Amino acid sequence: MNAHAPVQNGGCDVAIHQERGQRAVFCGLTGIVWLHRKIQDAFFLVVGSRTCAHLIQSAAGVMIFAEPRFATAIIDERDLAGLADMNEELDRVVTRLIERRPDIRLLFLVGSCPSEVIKLDLSRAALRLSQRLAPAVRVLNYSGSGIETTFTQGEDACLAALVPEMGESDAADLLIVGALADVVEDQFSRIFAELGLAARFLPARRAGAMPPVGRGTRFLLAQPFLTETARALEERGARRIPAPFPLGAEGTTGWLQAAAEAFGVDPARFEAATAPGRARARKALAAHRERLEGRRVFFFPDSQLEIPLARFLARELGAEPIEIGTPYLHRGHLAAELALLPRGATVVEGQSLDDQLDRCRQARPDLTVCGLGLANPLEAEGLATKWSIELLFTPIQGYEQAGDLAALFARPLDRRARLEV
Amino acid sequence: MQLTVWTYEGPPHIGAMRIATAMRGLHYVLHAPQGDTYADLLFTMIERREARPPVTYTTFQAQDLGRDTAALFKDAVAEAYARFAPQAMIVGASCTAELIQDDPGGLAKALALPIPVIPLELPAYQKKENWGASETFYRLVRALAGPAVERAPREGRRASCNLLGPTALGFRHRDDLIEIRKILDALGIDVNVVAPLGATPADLGRLGAADFNVVLYPEIARSAAQYLEKTFRQPFTEIVPIGVGATTRFVEAVAALAGVDPAPVLAGAPSRLPWYARSVDSNYLTGKRVFVFGDASHALAIARVATKELGFALVGLGTYTREFAREVRAEAAAHGLEATITDDYLDVEAAIQAAQPELVLGTQMERHVAKRMGLPCAVISAPVHVQDFPARHAPQMGFEGANVLFDTLVHPLMMGLEEHLLGMFREDHEFHDGVGPSHLGAAPRAAGDAVGQAPAGSSHKPAPAPDTAASQAAPIVLDGTAPWAPEAEKELKKIPFFVRGKARANTERFARERNLARITLETLYDAKAHYGR
Repeated sequence: MNAHAPVQNGGCDVAIHQERGQRAVFCGLTGIVWLHRKIQDAFFLVVGSRTCAHLIQSAAGVMIFAEPRFATAIIDERDLAGLADMNEELDRVVTRLIERRPDIRLLFLVGSCPSEVIKLDLSRAALRLSQRLAPAVRVLNYSGSGIETTFTQGEDACLAALVPEMGESDAADLLIVGALADVVEDQFSRIFAELGLAARFLPARRAGAMPPVGRGTRFLLAQPFLTETARALEERGARRIPAPFPLGAEGTTGWLQAAAEAFGVDPARFEAATAPGRARARKALAAHRERLEGRRVFFFPDSQLEIPLARFLARELGAEPIEIGTPYLHRGHLAAELALLPRGATVVEGQSLDDQLDRCRQARPDLTVCGLGLANPLEAEGLATKWSIELLFTPIQGYEQAGDLAALFARPLDRRARLEV
Repeated sequence: MQLTVWTYEGPPHIGAMRIATAMRGLHYVLHAPQGDTYADLLFTMIERREARPPVTYTTFQAQDLGRDTAALFKDAVAEAYARFAPQAMIVGASCTAELIQDDPGGLAKALALPIPVIPLELPAYQKKENWGASETFYRLVRALAGPAVERAPREGRRASCNLLGPTALGFRHRDDLIEIRKILDALGIDVNVVAPLGATPADLGRLGAADFNVVLYPEIARSAAQYLEKTFRQPFTEIVPIGVGATTRFVEAVAALAGVDPAPVLAGAPSRLPWYARSVDSNYLTGKRVFVFGDASHALAIARVATKELGFALVGLGTYTREFAREVRAEAAAHGLEATITDDYLDVEAAIQAAQPELVLGTQMERHVAKRMGLPCAVISAPVHVQDFPARHAPQMGFEGANVLFDTLVHPLMMGLEEHLLGMFREDHEFHDGVGPSHLGAAPRAAGDAVGQAPAGSSHKPAPAPDTAASQAAPIVLDGTAPWAPEAEKELKKIPFFVRGKARANTERFARERNLARITLETLYDAKAHYGR
């Protein structure tokens, strides 16, 4: 079951294998930690167990104390034994929550493994509560359970739940999909404006301001993990613009260019709008190339960002990705990225943790990108690591962040070189 | 259903992981969905362990539910055995696997592995982390300690004991153990087995050889010690040796169990705490109002240190450990208090607000609550964050632990001399009370309280928030308090600021209890006479 199964690779030069076994990954609930900061009047209520609450607490670190807009309704034995009607209990918890936080406009009921396994119907609960709390609060639901979602797929499920809420418009609009740091979103807005395009973003910063969608909408994915959201948008008539992802100067240019071409922007205008950013990114990247050139990099699966990151490291910094793990590979959305990966790279979809650790130890990479459960143990074995979660919490997209992104990978190597004890 | 943002304890399987990770040669196969591996990072990041916890997860996904999760579990056990070759295994289910009702114990037994495989029943919807750790340790001891043994007669040999309770992710367990070993060594008592920290399953097989047991953390090891008492007739002590008094009683109890003389260990001045507490600089600690919250063992021990060894006044005591609520209630009652027994941090926050302490001793959570209220605070119990797994030697237990506690509990307060100077020069612009102690950072105080800045007749407002988050906290002053007359407000300003907060609270309480419409100069002094200390 753990053997590499070669997969159709769609004509690109990389080998794609699938692997099954133990997986050391976060579940989709973790997405809440950055999503709640993006949609400023939304609250995320996980319906789950103490484990779910403990996970979010561990992932959110000190953020948990800043009156965060997320919480867990912990199912207890009374709920399971049928002593309490779970729907009534949920209504009671939500009522108490809304009383405490009257500023909330959008409430997500987030499904977990326990709530999925006992088949608690959160979509009906969301409908019921929406009617009761209208018009002040809209209630939606999605699943962030580990059995259905891996880490960033939680964002995908959340955004897909928002799509039916978007208004209808047949205008020829550009829609950018995927939560980006506000600073990155603002930079992209300015560049699109220079291209003469009025870009709108999903998710919007406020619940009441989600952009409309329709037959004229062309959308550009800003993140590689938005399978369900893209499908939901296509069902509403929108069409995806195929592009690489905006990581590094090359990725950002490719991404912007795809939008510019889709909307018929004059190439000279595109050149003028992007040249300063490209030049700055090139300069910022040069500072890190020396540290990363020729370095062999091993990616454990985590966020689905691994393939675009490997492409960036290989083509813009001269690193050599040796194994690129990804929890899930959407061959359509990643086609432009796969085409840019260096010949000979290996992509592994899925995971068998102990087997993958064996391969990593045998390969002795110069840099290993992995989760926090593996990072210190691998450091103790003498391998330099870059912990991957930071790539989700740090602004990394666009021209101005290309240098910062390179620095995230260069820093562990720099540190190793500095330490004398 | 319970609405929760912060939990003091994880689910019970985290407790089991703490036992498995503490031991060597033991492997835990946990039937759990994809995602539950997040727990690894508690050990690799917070405790900074250099190896992955010895846990294999089945990490089943939705697609597996339609098929055979039981087969997945059996494969995981077989592969973990083949790869890690442990001396023994524990198997169990996390909260989700508990719902799908595979039987980890039965499935593992069917594999007929040539090692002991111990099934764990950890009810995830009723119990929590400490219970899980206690139950796991008890099950391991029961399964591996073997049948009753005859110990060699005591004549002519040194007494020996087992040290029970230290685990992975335990607050200061590493250094407590060093201190306790030092004491036992000085008493001439051999340590037979330390468990679970550092023990192998084979070591648990030798538990019966000791003369008695020392339980360092009752939350973890009481039930195992009770079993050993029954099976091997090993008496045990569970005095938690935190503080000079408790350490002295611990030494005496252990010496009595071993039949040795405690005097050499207790001779001289084994801890600096008593002298430091008697030195005149500590005078200012007298009657400082302190609120204590944590796990039961630490809360109880620290409450005694605070009151009997540092001269603080206990104004609140509580625990999230419901299993030990009785002991904590009794201790609180001895101070004329009602214990705060809760695992809801909002209840703790409300209790702290109501008690108006000058120092908060608690967990990571109380540290943040105290920060929001601008109160000094020290951490005395789990849950704790990474900074409380320090690189330096920092025990809580034993005589060195008492030294550490003196520093830890006193540092957040202004030291006597500093407080005296601030009082003397409080009219000085550099020393006005808006400045606060330097090591608290920008301690929030009502700007209006700063000398010379209060507009006449301004009513008391909660301290300005250090950030926007804190502005959503409940106000520190309860509603329904009578307004202050300008001359009373002015008089209040003349009271040294370090007792002004208490004077204000007492006066407002006095007025509230008497339904006074306005706080006048008379009210202020009536209240002072009423509460006079």
